[in-house]
Amino acid sequence: MTGTSLKTYALTRLALVVPMVLILLTFVFLLMRVAPGNPIAAALGGHVPPSVIQRISHRLGYDKPIYTQYGDYLWGVLHGNLGRTITDRRAVSSIIVENGGATLELTVAASFVAMVVGLVVGLLAGRFRDTWIDVSGRLFGIVAYAMPVFFLGFLAQLLFGIWLGWLPTSNQASPITQAFLPVHSHILFIDAIWAHNWGALWDVVKHLILPATTLGIVIGGVFIRLVRINVIRSLKDDYVEAARARGIRERSVVYRYAFRNALVPVVTVVGLQLALLLGGAILTEETFNWPGIGSTLVSYLAERDYAGVQGIVVVFALVVVVASLLIDFVNAFIDPRIRY
Amino acid sequence: MAVASRTAPGRRFVGRRLRRLWSPIAHTQGLARVMLLSGASITLFFIVLAFFARWIAPYGFTQYAAHGVRFPQLGHPGGVHPFGTTVESDDVLSRVIWGAQTELKVVVLALVLSLAVGVPLGLFSGYFGGALDRGLVLLMDAMFAFPPLLLAIVIAFELGSTVSSGVVTAAVAITIAYVPQYFRVVRNHVISVREETYVEAARALGARPMTIIRKYVFFNVVQNVPVLATLNAADAILTLAGLGFLGYGVQPTQAAEWGYDVQRGLSDATNGIWWTGLFPGMAIVVLVTGITLLGEGLNETTNPVLRRRRFGRFDFEPVSPMFAEVEPPLQPDEGLGE
Repeated sequence: MTGTSLKTYALTRLALVVPMVLILLTFVFLLMRVAPGNPIAAALGGHVPPSVIQRISHRLGYDKPIYTQYGDYLWGVLHGNLGRTITDRRAVSSIIVENGGATLELTVAASFVAMVVGLVVGLLAGRFRDTWIDVSGRLFGIVAYAMPVFFLGFLAQLLFGIWLGWLPTSNQASPITQAFLPVHSHILFIDAIWAHNWGALWDVVKHLILPATTLGIVIGGVFIRLVRINVIRSLKDDYVEAARARGIRERSVVYRYAFRNALVPVVTVVGLQLALLLGGAILTEETFNWPGIGSTLVSYLAERDYAGVQGIVVVFALVVVVASLLIDFVNAFIDPRIRY
Repeated sequence: MAVASRTAPGRRFVGRRLRRLWSPIAHTQGLARVMLLSGASITLFFIVLAFFARWIAPYGFTQYAAHGVRFPQLGHPGGVHPFGTTVESDDVLSRVIWGAQTELKVVVLALVLSLAVGVPLGLFSGYFGGALDRGLVLLMDAMFAFPPLLLAIVIAFELGSTVSSGVVTAAVAITIAYVPQYFRVVRNHVISVREETYVEAARALGARPMTIIRKYVFFNVVQNVPVLATLNAADAILTLAGLGFLGYGVQPTQAAEWGYDVQRGLSDATNGIWWTGLFPGMAIVVLVTGITLLGEGLNETTNPVLRRRRFGRFDFEPVSPMFAEVEPPLQPDEGLGE
């Protein structure tokens, strides 16, 4: 479409995020409030006298009418306040800062692993279509996808942690590192580099290897498929034919023309798999006792802390929304055909 | 007589449709055929296990003694317990076999529910368009922002205290997580089918919307459903296992569930005990691989991009992350631009 500039597109796309976020917030709020029973009673457990429940409900504003609570909640979110947990009165924003670092470290490392696995296996499988390389590459992809991340984690812990004893199987770093490393970013990997503490960095990396590889391989299973199909498609494309017709060597046709174009859509898809990555991160963190947002969520679920669950679920959804927004911007920037 | 002559073309109509669905499968060759057959046999194997668990499994899923003798705790695989025993002295082999039944129940229930909700919503929303369509698309897109597992966890957490059956809880949780996918695929397909000449012709002849949807649109869209359902079944098993691993959905006293068993196995692994986690985990991997091979085989025979021979018109919309080639960015409305 002609006439729409990148700026108009960006603004339209941005405006569309507003109702989306509103729906998200409402959805999660309702989900957490339709449950029978008082959230305070749920969090405190069974043996608390009603008067206590009433007093705490009043202090935290849970005795107000539901629409007032909803209004307060939206007003709070608008001001960057995602609420506080009931059980330990932690601000959701501080959970994001303190535990988000661990989740970020895990997911970034896992994406890196997934990208390497997906690109190498996918490119080879697509290039050598219908050979044994293709068959084994695809089978690897299917089995990796079929593997629950916690089961792969179980196998990895058993092999590398228990039997071979090479790598630690739980936590983000050893207690000594965690106690003495000065906190800057809450991302231990960066904090260790910041402090020029190479011993600590090695310790952090050792703890990161198993969880990141586990999650990365499972996500990589999806990428293999995507890369392979894209390579097959672009090898059939006209410009590849044209390059061949001009007598360019097959090797250079494949590597310089087909692969490069096959990778453009993959970049987008990698970003769009974020929901899969975050879902996998919850399970990975639980498997490896990784102190990220996912395992925090699981512990709030176990404590029946509705406010904690609500806050973290909203954060997960917002991350996905913002990420897909950014991906769309990047795409529109690269490809002028994507406009409204 | 009049009735017979009215039903005969109808039956022939359905038969022709079925043959059209079947013919690409019968004509598969090479890898696609291998994938289809191996996937189908693995899936069938687990279905048999599920149906006949009562007779195949040597013991019950929470049985810790037989003939007055208690089974060993964490007994090594071998002898009467080929897969060993757990901390609670349960027979691992029996739990794996009973687990197949749990998976089948939940997945079938979840598939039926999400088809029953997602397909009609997608059909009507796509066909009629308008404000309802825009609202639904926005809602479903918003639900898309949640990782399916996360949504399932929250729903199972909510229902856990009110619904007593773990199978129903898990199935509903999975349904809510997957309805947006069915909705999106069916709706987008309906939108392209709606503009086809034969639909326009039917409309011009004065057919009512319900008739058009039932006779023309539905059959075109429904061709995707087998592939879609297969793929989602594989996904649903992974989600169910994830729920079980975190302790939601099916409760351990109600049924055997593989994901829960792997979670228990994980704590045994610290002491070098591998059999409590390995066998239920392998069951998940083999079953999901089987179903995915089946789905991929079906996809390959029906997807015009991947297929080398053509068998008539057939558009496939990628759904599951496994099968999405390129997901389009979120579009506000189909009619607004390129």
